[in-house]
Amino acid sequence: MAQTSFANETVLRAVTEKPLRQKWHPEQIQSFLFLLPSMLAIIIFVYVFIAVTFYISLSNWRTAVQDWTLREPLFATYGDLFNNTRFQIDLRNTIVFTLLFILLAVLLGLMLAILLDQNRKMFGIPLFRNAFLFPYALSFIVTGVAWRWIFNPETGINLFFEIFGVNALLASQGLDPLKPGWATDPSVVLQVNDALNVIIPGASDWRVALGIPVALIPVAIAATWQLSGFVMAMYLGGMTSISQEVREAARIDGASEWQVYRHVIIPMLNPVTISVVVILLHTSFKIFDLVISMAGSGPGFATDMPAIFVFDQMFKGTKPNLGTAASIIMLLMVAVIIIPYLRSQTRED
Amino acid sequence: MKTKILLLLIVLLAALAVGAVNAQDDGMVPVDESVTGDLEVFSWWTSGGEAAALQALFDSYAASFPNANIVNATVAGGGGSAARPVLQTRLAGGDPPDTWQVHPGWELLGQYVDPEYVVPINDLYEEMGWNDVVPEQLRDMMTRDGNIYLVLAGVHRGNGFWYNKPILDELGVTIGETLSVDEFIAIADQIVAEMPDVAPLCVGDSGIWATAQLFENTLLGVLGPEGYRGLWDGSVSFDSDEVKQAMTVYGQMLDYQNSDHAALSWDQAVDALMEGRCVFNSMGDWAYGEFVAAGMEDNVDFGWVSHPGTAGSFMVVADGFVMANGAPNEAANAGWLSVIGSRPAQEAFNPLKGSICARTDCDRELFGPYHNWSMDSFSADELVASVVHGTAAPADFQQAMNDAVTLFVVDRDVDAFAAALVDAVAASGFTEAGM
Repeated sequence: MAQTSFANETVLRAVTEKPLRQKWHPEQIQSFLFLLPSMLAIIIFVYVFIAVTFYISLSNWRTAVQDWTLREPLFATYGDLFNNTRFQIDLRNTIVFTLLFILLAVLLGLMLAILLDQNRKMFGIPLFRNAFLFPYALSFIVTGVAWRWIFNPETGINLFFEIFGVNALLASQGLDPLKPGWATDPSVVLQVNDALNVIIPGASDWRVALGIPVALIPVAIAATWQLSGFVMAMYLGGMTSISQEVREAARIDGASEWQVYRHVIIPMLNPVTISVVVILLHTSFKIFDLVISMAGSGPGFATDMPAIFVFDQMFKGTKPNLGTAASIIMLLMVAVIIIPYLRSQTRED
Repeated sequence: MKTKILLLLIVLLAALAVGAVNAQDDGMVPVDESVTGDLEVFSWWTSGGEAAALQALFDSYAASFPNANIVNATVAGGGGSAARPVLQTRLAGGDPPDTWQVHPGWELLGQYVDPEYVVPINDLYEEMGWNDVVPEQLRDMMTRDGNIYLVLAGVHRGNGFWYNKPILDELGVTIGETLSVDEFIAIADQIVAEMPDVAPLCVGDSGIWATAQLFENTLLGVLGPEGYRGLWDGSVSFDSDEVKQAMTVYGQMLDYQNSDHAALSWDQAVDALMEGRCVFNSMGDWAYGEFVAAGMEDNVDFGWVSHPGTAGSFMVVADGFVMANGAPNEAANAGWLSVIGSRPAQEAFNPLKGSICARTDCDRELFGPYHNWSMDSFSADELVASVVHGTAAPADFQQAMNDAVTLFVVDRDVDAFAAALVDAVAASGFTEAGM
């Protein structure tokens, strides 16, 4: 910020007065020199690499042999990408997974935060706080492997249906036993293709079923388990910063505890909610490790994600132009979320 | 003095000549103590039987080249899925291992020959006399423009169809020398009718290649070896009636598969077969190792036949090693390649690996009844290339086919399946390039 106003001043001077000799304070030179190495590193390893990735996505490089010539027409690989049924499914999965995961994680995290906030003085609260936060410290790979077993149709929670007699009960009623396939279930529920057909003719003939893939639900649950503790910590931090006087004032005005949260605390936590949602969004868009260790691509790509698509095309299919095109789309998806957020954050400063 | 030296030379030469004759007799690569230094061998043979088989190759090498030191660079992960990205990074970075594990065909030619990561080894084939013992159809899969690039250590037969014999005995079904698609469907219907708890077909497609292999075997069974080869040279299109017929048959077979197929890996599907939860399994003969490991007896507890309709063809799934372009230790690597191509090393390696020799002169007594059956097929049948294992088509087509199979398993849309494969052939362009 300071630099921008400094620049504006010089521009103003340049217009109104005769140009002054630029004076560099020793501290400015010093700080510039200190910043230079990391700036160079970021320019090369972030922006130049993004540019190279983008260039490859426009090129003819689609085998193990490097080919840096540009494709005709220029964006043909992006056309291939969006015509690829698997990538279409991946986009559906990203949207469905993101909605499920963010909804569950934010609600659960907020609920845990309120519970802990309500009982701040109670004995053993730090223990619970740490227990809820602990999954966040684990690697997604660990979470994925653990939940893979939990949702395994043969060894996981389906055994509880046996142990607690649910299946015996169903059998006595002449019904089939309850044995969900969880992450191996290929069905897609709440399909909207036919409804969409009214607006977009031909939608009911699309190969991609627009709906909620059942197999994604266990993955969203595992991701929620991992990150709801983080959401809780964020909210708890926000709640601590709200002074007791505000709560007292609301209570004196006759608000119930629920109303205090509903009308005072949660609205005051809006900035926290925005931060939380942005962080979860970009985690969700880029998710790879949890899904690959828990479910892989899934039956009929029910749990496939753009990041897995990129990996398969780049390293298994050795099709760099298609893989990089998909990663550029992922970058754009994240950028659409992150850039407005960063802008609003810096403006507040 | 001079005569003494001359005599000594003659004696030495004679000894060498005798040694060479001996070497040809037992096939062993003659001992050469002048080869020294490290030899880095990169592979993904890490599981029990595979690692033991690799060790047998190392032992054969150490016997012939006692002063060279093997650096075993294995990267764990089924079918090399984890190893190949590591290898690609090293090759692109100009830091190749001396040699690495490669399937013949497009994986060799597209991934390594075209980018010039490997060099031809025609001289080695001449010198070792391999052109006489390695079948021509197999050598063609490793050759481009008259240059050969790979030495195979062993060959698996990909189009096996394994079955639980006690269950079929109980049903009064006997499998003959061959099995047709219609015969399979009749048996499957009988199983469904008489044993509702048993699935006729075992599939474990948590790794999608296992069901893709069922598809490629079915393609071979319906099209026959000529038609199947035509898919890869462009003379048969993926939307032709025969291919759609094969896709329909594949869909029919999937109707008989176990309901938990998506949760199982290929070897868990073989376990399910042994436990009698399902009856048939279409799998390469690495499945044979699973039966042996479980203590099952050939033709008593389990039996085998060619995948329906594929009798008379041998789906080649082979592993071999290459000579890196700029190999750090070229002399040691030339020794390595001559060892793995030799008969004694292959006779030590293949019984442990569960494959047969990549040459036609191995001692049959070293192998059990299944592998003798497979050797008969290898020497008499049409050798065809597997796409699932990287030989018949390049990696990008292989990936596209796996993706198309993943979708087909769920939605069974034959037209969309055919269209996806036609697009993939066009995008890849391999039929014009030719192998």
